[in-house]
Amino acid sequence: MTETCCQRFSEKQYQELDEVIAQYQGKPGGLIPVLHRAQLIFGYLPKEVQIRVAEGLNVPLSEVYGVITFYSFFSQQPRGRYTIGVCLGTACYVKGAAEIVEALEEELEVKVGETTANGDFTLMVTRCVGACGLAPVLTIGEDVYGRLTADKIPEVLKRYQGTAE
Amino acid sequence: MKLYRAHVLVCGGAGCISTGCKAVLDRFTNEIKAHNLEEEVHVVETGCIGTCDLGPVILIYPEGVFYKEVSPDDVQEIVEEHLIKGRIVNRLLYEQPASGGQIPYYDEIDFFRKQKRIALRNVGIINPEVIEEYIARDGYFALGKVLTKYTPEQVIQEIKDSGLRGRGGAGFPTGMKWEFTRKAPGDKKYVVCNADEGDPGAFMDRSILEGDPHSVIEAMAIAGYAVGANQGFVYVRAEYPLAVQRLENAIEKARAFGMLGKNILGTDFSFDLEIRVGAGAFVCGEETALLASIEGKRGEPRPKPPFPASQGLWGKPTLINNVETFANIPAIINNGAEWFRQIGTEKSPGTKVFALAGKVNNTGLVEVPMGTTLREIIFELGGGIPNHKRFKAAQTGGPSGGCLTEKHLDEPIDYESLLAAGSMMGSGGLIVMDEDNCMVDVARFFLEFTQDESCGKCTPCRIGTKRMLEILIRITQGKGEEKDLELLEELAQTIKVSALCGLGQSAPNPVLSTIQNFRDEYLAHIRDKKCPAKVCRALLQYSINSELCRGCGICARECPEKAISGEPKKPYHINQEACIKCGVCLEKCPFDAISLT
Repeated sequence: MTETCCQRFSEKQYQELDEVIAQYQGKPGGLIPVLHRAQLIFGYLPKEVQIRVAEGLNVPLSEVYGVITFYSFFSQQPRGRYTIGVCLGTACYVKGAAEIVEALEEELEVKVGETTANGDFTLMVTRCVGACGLAPVLTIGEDVYGRLTADKIPEVLKRYQGTAE
Repeated sequence: MKLYRAHVLVCGGAGCISTGCKAVLDRFTNEIKAHNLEEEVHVVETGCIGTCDLGPVILIYPEGVFYKEVSPDDVQEIVEEHLIKGRIVNRLLYEQPASGGQIPYYDEIDFFRKQKRIALRNVGIINPEVIEEYIARDGYFALGKVLTKYTPEQVIQEIKDSGLRGRGGAGFPTGMKWEFTRKAPGDKKYVVCNADEGDPGAFMDRSILEGDPHSVIEAMAIAGYAVGANQGFVYVRAEYPLAVQRLENAIEKARAFGMLGKNILGTDFSFDLEIRVGAGAFVCGEETALLASIEGKRGEPRPKPPFPASQGLWGKPTLINNVETFANIPAIINNGAEWFRQIGTEKSPGTKVFALAGKVNNTGLVEVPMGTTLREIIFELGGGIPNHKRFKAAQTGGPSGGCLTEKHLDEPIDYESLLAAGSMMGSGGLIVMDEDNCMVDVARFFLEFTQDESCGKCTPCRIGTKRMLEILIRITQGKGEEKDLELLEELAQTIKVSALCGLGQSAPNPVLSTIQNFRDEYLAHIRDKKCPAKVCRALLQYSINSELCRGCGICARECPEKAISGEPKKPYHINQEACIKCGVCLEKCPFDAISLT
């Protein structure tokens, strides 16, 4: 198992994870904070990372898997360089968020939950991001864009397209 | 502390950040340096000032002038005109939605003037990253007062006397919760702050954590002293990274100042805080689910009793209060229960923060005394409905609440009146809807939300809400029958009494309240197969206006279903049975002859 895992991820990433695990070892309630950090390190939480966390914290793998599949923030699939989250909270919905989703699906040629072929964007819908005064809203990474209309979408995306190294 | 002749407050709330307030702040710092005003003018980045749709907003003191939609290019003019010559820059002033008249001063604008700020007392006024600014506004005075002058029992008595009720939704008396936790047997106890603000449309907890994190830290330490706990947790949603960051910073500062940690203020009371970040599960706002999540488990609720006050985190007595509830505590301790009781209504003393959003001119956060009417909030503070549209409904309580209509506009709002109107306070989201919003679609939206967020542990919520959603989808597609309404009501009542937790028990509320208040709209979908608000696409019809149609034939050629026919130079027709409502014809018609009804 170690062999396959280390082809995909670097030893440095695992070292970083082990340090996080060591911080929370023996502390009650450490699983979710460790998974948050692990997702930051690896970008997502594939099986080999789950196994490492389970062994490190001495909890059953089934529990780790159970927690990951319960919370929508944790992903078992790799995500694009940027995750777009279209807010579908009530305020955004009544101000036309559904049209924003449609415009993005058309522009990026993906459905919600999918990643573009070039790996740039993963399109997600989120629950309220708490910027209701600016509805409809979307987030790209930690940037928030408000007062959107469908025709502003290409312009917003342009800031991120082709920014890869 | 240094004295300045003027202060420039730049809103650094989440809304203003998204409209570019950082660049405005940087420009101010540079311009003030360039004009050698560093010794005279102080620039402060504050938390949310409240008017989110006008961002970036700034306030200049001592005059209290409010500027909206300030861009970095406006900064030089503000510095040279306002700060140097003392002349107000008129073009950036707030305009009244009704009259269009300009109002320069913060405290003369209805949106601010009609507020009573207790929980938000420092939000938008102080820099949340500077603990001294909090202390200068009587911060940590209440903690010092209880640690040196009050017994824990006296603290609890003060909170009970104030009549403060939980601001997270259900309105349970806060003092009683404290007392139960105090009296519960156990050597180890916990204080938890529920900052898992999940109700879509509510963002007051976010603003408090981002704009005045110390008020929550101070209140939690007071609560720890009162109930006998030395450890607290703040459970924050992962969707609020800035709140987490500001809170982390504030906790560190509080520790450095001896307001958290061992022997607080030299007494033998010790208390410390940890932040736990959620991971995107709405149900974790339910207290037992939240506790499970802090313990590192799936956030599934469990039956109550036992209540968290007797068996909470890791089985120990645990006090759980919401962010806004905590933010009220230091003010109550400082000013006394009697003062607090004089604000608001008899059964619901104090104020409530509402997040105004949707179809209303001034969106943002407002804090008003309990008992304020919906009309005052929407039409006076909120400035009414944009684009001369008609008010249709106000949704309160998120997915657990309901819709209030025109007939509720003049009722004073408190916990009881909202329940009587078939809604609930919830966390204070208030979403205004106009004639363009379809209430059946709104009910469907909420059911889709709860169905998606249902944890699946109990059957009524997992399967019951699914069945309700299917019926609603059927109705919005024009396939509904009249008996569907009865079926919806029956399912709703069953789910309300049998679901395990608050999420399931309240999930049917949006459906029940819209059926009750907008039955005609449901019937229009069911009987006439029409959506009066023109939202439900399946019920809309494309038609060709024969007077405008020139018979060019473009629509017929573009129609993917060949549903349009006619002869050149004569009006064309749409075969409604073949039409799939894709809208291509409307888009392509060069003469605007095609309409949607």
